Amino acid sequence: MYEIDPSRTDLIEEFDQNPGGPHSPELALVVNRLRLMPMEERIIIVCTKRHVEWTLAKMPKVRGAKLEYYDDLVFDDYYAATKKVFRIRWQAVTGVAPA
Amino acid sequence: MKKIIGYGSAWTVMPGDTLNVMVSTYGPDRFRANLVRVICGNDDPDLDIYREEEIAAPFAGEYPGRDQLTVAGSYVTIPSSPLMTGLGSFTVQAWVFPTTPEKGAQGLIANWDDATASGFALTIDDSGAAAMRLGDGSGGTVEVTTGKSLAKRRWHLVSAAYDAAAAALTVSQDFIGPQFEASTSASATGAVGFTPAMGSAQPLIMAAMPATHPAGRPGASHFFNGKLDRPRLVGSALNLADSAALGWDALPHERDTSVVAAWDFSRDIGGATVIDAGPNGLHGRVVNLPSRAVKGFNWSGTEQNWRHAPQEYGAIHFHDDDLYDAEWDTDFSYEIPADLRSGVYAVRLRADDDEWYVTFFVRPPRGTATAKLAFLASTATYMAYSNIQWTWQEHFGEVAECYWTTMEPGEVFLQEHAEYGLSTYDTHSDGSGVRYASRLRPVSQMGPKTAPVWNINADTHILGWLEERGIEYDVITDEDLHNEGVALLEQYSAVVTGAHPEYYTTPMWDGLRTYLARGGRMAYLGGNGFIWRCAMSDAMPGVIELRRAEDGIRYRDEEPGEYYMEFNGEYGGLWRRLGMAPQALCGVGTVAVGFDVSGYYIRKEASFDARAGFIFEGIGDDEVIGNFGFFAGGASGTEIDAADPMLGTPPHTLILATSEGHSANTMIVPDEIGLNHSAMGGDQNPDVRADMTFFETPGGGAVFSVGSIAWPGSLPHNGYDNNVSRVSENVLRRFVDDAPFAMPDG
Ligand SMILES: [Fe+2]
Repeated sequence: MYEIDPSRTDLIEEFDQNPGGPHSPELALVVNRLRLMPMEERIIIVCTKRHVEWTLAKMPKVRGAKLEYYDDLVFDDYYAATKKVFRIRWQAVTGVAPA
Repeated sequence: MKKIIGYGSAWTVMPGDTLNVMVSTYGPDRFRANLVRVICGNDDPDLDIYREEEIAAPFAGEYPGRDQLTVAGSYVTIPSSPLMTGLGSFTVQAWVFPTTPEKGAQGLIANWDDATASGFALTIDDSGAAAMRLGDGSGGTVEVTTGKSLAKRRWHLVSAAYDAAAAALTVSQDFIGPQFEASTSASATGAVGFTPAMGSAQPLIMAAMPATHPAGRPGASHFFNGKLDRPRLVGSALNLADSAALGWDALPHERDTSVVAAWDFSRDIGGATVIDAGPNGLHGRVVNLPSRAVKGFNWSGTEQNWRHAPQEYGAIHFHDDDLYDAEWDTDFSYEIPADLRSGVYAVRLRADDDEWYVTFFVRPPRGTATAKLAFLASTATYMAYSNIQWTWQEHFGEVAECYWTTMEPGEVFLQEHAEYGLSTYDTHSDGSGVRYASRLRPVSQMGPKTAPVWNINADTHILGWLEERGIEYDVITDEDLHNEGVALLEQYSAVVTGAHPEYYTTPMWDGLRTYLARGGRMAYLGGNGFIWRCAMSDAMPGVIELRRAEDGIRYRDEEPGEYYMEFNGEYGGLWRRLGMAPQALCGVGTVAVGFDVSGYYIRKEASFDARAGFIFEGIGDDEVIGNFGFFAGGASGTEIDAADPMLGTPPHTLILATSEGHSANTMIVPDEIGLNHSAMGGDQNPDVRADMTFFETPGGGAVFSVGSIAWPGSLPHNGYDNNVSRVSENVLRRFVDDAPFAMPDG
């Protein structure tokens, strides 16, 4: 299985340049790895005000349960929210916090 | 996050009909209701194309808000009878296939009244074991449990016998098929220190426990996940051997004259009634659409079609998240006035800073038309997708959609309120696939200003464009087509589809084909159309049934042996697998799906054929078509279709244009491949493409297809002035001209 090399910070920069994709083959592997984290460990994006505000949240384990919001991780730009999700998951998967 | 939600009694109405509107508020004690005509529902601020038009209606005004109760979970209810409440010694039994024995207490067969502790309740207890409860009528109970958990997804005969003379209660579970697995068979007997009070005022409930909800509404709780088969009630205490013999006997009342009831779920499959085949006729009904036409405990595998061996399909599969009709109280009604033009409308509900649209379709009175063109709203597909939760509940959802899970307020609401049920894309809490999806409940995506832009909201790109270009249209729906067939379509010179007419019943399919053969015209301005055969039911209106048999993008696996639909006995699955691929109806059929990048169309030689001249008027010979648009930047994308003569594309079909520019993540669909390989994506696989096609029919009709869900999302580009708009308008203007089309070489 593909594992992320945390020294490849160039891939973080590449993601920042074009967070919406499509990505280079190497970055696509990284992105897929981060998108295949266990469901219950995923930080996701919630649109908290249509077209205006996005807040990061943790997905609950079961249906019917409330989401857990990170009120300090609120964005007025969707791609800024995706960049934060990318970084949080990168750290979760590699154990290394991106700069 | 949501403060107001609602739904209507119908999705399609005509002048004179009455629409009942049901509303629930979460918090606000007042709400406001207004009628609007929906013109374009995409409220992306960068596009500035959103349009709704407020229209005066008698119901407009302020209303008191309230929280209306919704309870999901399917069960059987049988009216109480003196034959149950007058029992002395008795036996109750059923074949039980639990799918979540670990879930906690679940009712199996109960005539139990909790308030007085009277009646009986055969249950699965907290430890997953079969258990039986009796009461003394004044709060005292005795419960006997086998003490051993039932095996998950295995059949057991569960029996409980109360012997009045011995003052003893025995409960047993018999594991069927212990050849390869440890048996979970067990039984236990306990003393009953009182004369049981059998006079429960509650109905007899199967697959749940009787419950009374607020305001005295009868219902159920403690829902069972799994299958029941041959539930029976016998007026004597059977020993274990006699109970087993009875359980295997198809005609128990012939064996034992004390049989009170022998319910046979194989009778009236497709209906809502539950038949008691025993001597007393204690019939009942199912609530909330459990799955019927499912394999019974005695399924042998020799038959796959329940109609050929109904006696082996005598089970019902119940789920604690099944929902048919939310059964809310009506807040107000609207009689559709005679002068309300056909169109897409909504009751706009507002409370505090939140809003919700109860969307409905107004068609002209039956047998009449008010335009030459009909927009055929894909209500079967809207239903199939209703309250879809797959994208954020599936491990591979993000890599399928090529996105980071992003939930809209309506989706958060569904996640936090499991009682609003699931779509045919989802999986029940016990892991089995969802087969039914109903519109008789709030549906979060069914309106303007919803995201992701899909189904009705995506289709309003077409409505907004028709309005902008001054093309008159009526609105009709899949349900109308299902009910009235070709006669509905024959009111019109041409039909334009939505972006995604995916689900078709057989009457819809036949009606549309007949219409086109008789000279009708269809502009299929979408993709992934005419894919799945679904069913609707007269007995249970407002719901579609789907069995995702064999193949296709199924999102979930279908249960083997259960590919034939309950509603009508038809074989479910892809139309392609039934020998009638979409290519034979509209020229193209789905080949690929991908969401990160959309492509564009390049004209082919056939587009210069004189037969296609009208389509390309005003389009340059080398002009790239649709390299812009709302869906990932192009007109060819999300789900795309191509021609295939082997699958029935008519030989005289012109392949006018073909798409290019697809990404690695736009991959060939399962229906198209015999194996996975290393060139599945649009960056390498030449089969990943949309074909734009045109053909005439001998009756003077014609069919134009673009084979792409993204196409209508390109219509609004540049103030609706672009070549996707131009091509579409060229086609519709000619299609509403009654001059017949001629076959080539005709
Ligand atoms: Fe679809």
